[in-house]
Amino acid sequence: MSTTAQADQLIANEWSGGTHPYRIGHRKLGMWLFIVSDALTFSALLIGYSYVRASSDQWPTPFPFYPSIIFSSVMTLCLLSSSLTMVMGVQASARRDFKAIRKWIVLTIIFGAAFIVLHLIEWKHLIDEGLGPSTLPAEWLHRWPNASPLFGAAFFGITGLHMFHVATGLIYLAVVAARAKKLKHEDVEISGLYWHFVDLVWMFVFPMIYLLSVDFTP
Amino acid sequence: MADTHAEGEHEHFAGSNKLFFSVWVWLLLLTGLEVFLGYVHLDFRLMLTILIGLSIIKAALIVAYFMHLRFERLSLVLTLVPMLVVCICLLLVFFPDSFRSKDQRYRFESSTQQQTEQSEH
Repeated sequence: MSTTAQADQLIANEWSGGTHPYRIGHRKLGMWLFIVSDALTFSALLIGYSYVRASSDQWPTPFPFYPSIIFSSVMTLCLLSSSLTMVMGVQASARRDFKAIRKWIVLTIIFGAAFIVLHLIEWKHLIDEGLGPSTLPAEWLHRWPNASPLFGAAFFGITGLHMFHVATGLIYLAVVAARAKKLKHEDVEISGLYWHFVDLVWMFVFPMIYLLSVDFTP
Repeated sequence: MADTHAEGEHEHFAGSNKLFFSVWVWLLLLTGLEVFLGYVHLDFRLMLTILIGLSIIKAALIVAYFMHLRFERLSLVLTLVPMLVVCICLLLVFFPDSFRSKDQRYRFESSTQQQTEQSEH
């Protein structure tokens, strides 16, 4: 009986206010909640894309090994490496080593910028072929006569929103790197959470958009 | 789980550089496997299942180690993860409708073809 009462007392103390029951600050909890809601946005988009693809008579599978798959694989490598450098930045922040924080975050920004540049080149390839948000290139319509014109909307919508997140993340990281000395360790950690989330979303976009639309013909 | 710390203290075990580096190598290996699978001619549904499965493993690695969730309190994990999983699974209710609309279109097309054939006779 007494142990139960003690446990009740302990829980009441932890959750009745004035403490940090999650052992994290309110800003970090806020970022986690934002990440959950943003994860739902991307899930809804990816499931919307799957819905359209499953209900279409035909869906184009246009991505050749070069340039599309090579580019998107290198982009994946860039984002994964940028996550690793961000982790190193947060580790440096735990040591309050400001020089190292700047170095690692700038490396993260370089990898992220490389991702955006490669992605824009990849977009330009497709736009030059004639792909638009609601139009397919004439050549694709020849190969897949019943193809859904929604391919462009799904592709540009999902990768575009992801690229917007990467671009926002670059600005965020640049601000964090510039103000590193004024920020608490947890604030640097929070920017890391956002950056890893952007990386995480790409782990689903890459196989679902690119690898399931690989062009097998040589 | 770093439950033993005093209130208001936000320090917890952060993981070593070696651990993060090995997580990164695993993520690269899984990505390489995915790209390889992209070029194996498999049944589309099997392929989709394998790719999503591998992506969930990668996402779990990122969330657990890079985003430190493995080193946070269990109560935080239970607040964030189950509701997200349930909400995403709820979105799957749309798929029967997706398959139905595809079947319906085919049936509609074939019935109009029959009608035109009948009117020709």
